[in-house]
Amino acid sequence: MSQQRIPAWVTVIGVPLVNILLAAIVSGFVFMYLNISPIDAVKTMAYGAFGSSYGWGYTLYYTTSFIFTGLAVAVAFHASLFNIGGEGQAYVGALGVGLVCLLLGGKIPFLLLLPLSIIAGGLFGALWAFIPAWLQATRGSHVVITTIMFNFIAASFMAYLLVEVLKPEGSMAVESAVFHEASWIPKIWELAGTMGIKMQRSPLNLSIIWALICSVFVYFFIWRTKWGYEIRSLGQNASAAEYAGINLNKTIIMTMLISGMLAGFFALNVVQGEAHQIKLSLVNGMGFTGIAVALMGRNHPIGIVLASLLFGFLYQGGGELQFEYGVDPRIIVVLQGLVILFSGALEHMTKHPVENAYLKLSQLVGKQEAKGA
Amino acid sequence: MDLFNNIILILDATLRVSTPLIFAALAGMFSERSGVVNIALEGKILASAFAGAAAAYITNSPWMGLLAGVFVSVMFAMLHGFATVTHRGDQVVSGMAINILAAGLTASLGNFWFHQGGNTPNLVDSLNGIDARFEPIVFPFAKALEDVPVIGGLYSELLSGHFLLVYLALLAVPASWFLLFRTRFGLRLRAVGENPTAVDTAGISVVRMRYMALIICGVLAGLAGVYLSVAVTAQFLPNMSAGKGYMALAALIFGKWRPRGALLACLMFGVLQAIADRSQGAMIGAFEIPVQFIEALPYILTVVLLGGFIGTAVAPKAVGKPYVKERE
Repeated sequence: MSQQRIPAWVTVIGVPLVNILLAAIVSGFVFMYLNISPIDAVKTMAYGAFGSSYGWGYTLYYTTSFIFTGLAVAVAFHASLFNIGGEGQAYVGALGVGLVCLLLGGKIPFLLLLPLSIIAGGLFGALWAFIPAWLQATRGSHVVITTIMFNFIAASFMAYLLVEVLKPEGSMAVESAVFHEASWIPKIWELAGTMGIKMQRSPLNLSIIWALICSVFVYFFIWRTKWGYEIRSLGQNASAAEYAGINLNKTIIMTMLISGMLAGFFALNVVQGEAHQIKLSLVNGMGFTGIAVALMGRNHPIGIVLASLLFGFLYQGGGELQFEYGVDPRIIVVLQGLVILFSGALEHMTKHPVENAYLKLSQLVGKQEAKGA
Repeated sequence: MDLFNNIILILDATLRVSTPLIFAALAGMFSERSGVVNIALEGKILASAFAGAAAAYITNSPWMGLLAGVFVSVMFAMLHGFATVTHRGDQVVSGMAINILAAGLTASLGNFWFHQGGNTPNLVDSLNGIDARFEPIVFPFAKALEDVPVIGGLYSELLSGHFLLVYLALLAVPASWFLLFRTRFGLRLRAVGENPTAVDTAGISVVRMRYMALIICGVLAGLAGVYLSVAVTAQFLPNMSAGKGYMALAALIFGKWRPRGALLACLMFGVLQAIADRSQGAMIGAFEIPVQFIEALPYILTVVLLGGFIGTAVAPKAVGKPYVKERE
């Protein structure tokens, strides 16, 4: 049986769907063990996540965060680099965004400040990815290990800055001062209010537009530019890419800088859009969720936006489960792990059975058509 | 004398802090030497800490906790093997999956079983007749020698009075060395991590060797987790592994994938942790080193080592690559 007879949609859409279905089935068993009917759970979650403008707001707020961290992982995946450092890059990105807001908030108009905070967030995130990238490119040390180490270094570094530098005098809580109101990214419910649409309060803010712009940017960058071509060549076959004259070291560093930049943008949503101050462990595992999002979205921006929406739904709906059933909200972390397990680690397990099933089916259909003719 | 006592106290704490790192680093060594990258140590430690504390509480016996913790850790290792060895999945991705699954499952099951926000009940609770914690082992004459200068500190304070698992961890280092470098099994295991094709040609099953390595890895990582919950804190707390699996991975790399090197790296990281725990930072002259810097130092040192600036760390050659036979 040759590979060519299997159309692309089976591999690109069919196999991932089967994987997600498997993750959903196993999750269903976990829910049943916890005395929750999976169907009721989905209903509760759907109501919590989409039943009100409040629910929608939170769902899309989480979605925005996951688009950034998911795109960051995906860009690196295209070069066959595994950037586990989204957590640290987003954290340090928060420093960039926070510094711009703290230093310039209220002193310059918002429209002037926003580009600066975008640049600062992206730049700081990219910088945090630079050293692992440079070490991988020139010293051959593996980016997986170094980005893990950099997550911990970021946590210590930020804790130090928050305790010793950013914490306002006389304050007990380990967090920076609250930014000047003029530097806050406007909330969607406030904007809707000024246009006469009534919406409940939610942290959803204009960063979501930037997240969508970034998704479009990643699509064009990866599939429509020379650099994207170089990144994909590196990912497909490094020695062939080198033979074709692509500078591998430069490409590795460029990929990781863009990946880190996207992770750094996370802070626009969470810090400048919602918290309005830099806090301890503000990323809270969402950098790791980006891995699940990228795997589920098959590293394609459209897939990533959809997967982010699903995870936004799970995060917001999972909170609702806690109110309704008293179940621990970290149950969604189990779902996240199962998604990574089935769509990432075990992707080969389902590939052949699904493809074989397709071949058998198409043969059957072919025979019947032959009979009919 | 005061300085001497302080040093003894810090070394004593070092042993306590290093123990889970030693177990986990050895666990990682078996797995990586056989060619399976193991960033899943963190998840295995967390899962076994939870299973250990839960079983110890329910059966009122630390030994049952030990068995349960090790069993769960081995099960997670088998899942890792199923994904990476049998189905040739990405080793890093499956490692992440295990870490995230462990974090979610321990919290949800803990809350469901014990209703204490993900904690297990305390393992020492005289009111309810619960006493399921490992007891420290006191060496003979330790009490009598306590007040003797120098010897009292060294013998009674530093050497005596640790949990059994602490001594076991120290014994596991030479045992692992022997197994890996002085037995036929060890030679084959290392060969699978360097050149699986050659091993396959010699008629030895790569799949079987990697599964064996992962079972040993699961046992050792399980001991690390059980030590944390059943011995040290006498309770499971959500996310109590707190990055120890990753630090053990760093120690393994720092020790260049060798038992003695890994032990020394674990002890060094342990000293740093002990100093960070004891103080708000260390003074060198008039310059204060912030405690956060000491905490980050193991990771910084590992990155510097990986960059090849202090010696070189060469990973097993076939690590991270799923083995594919040419024809099936």
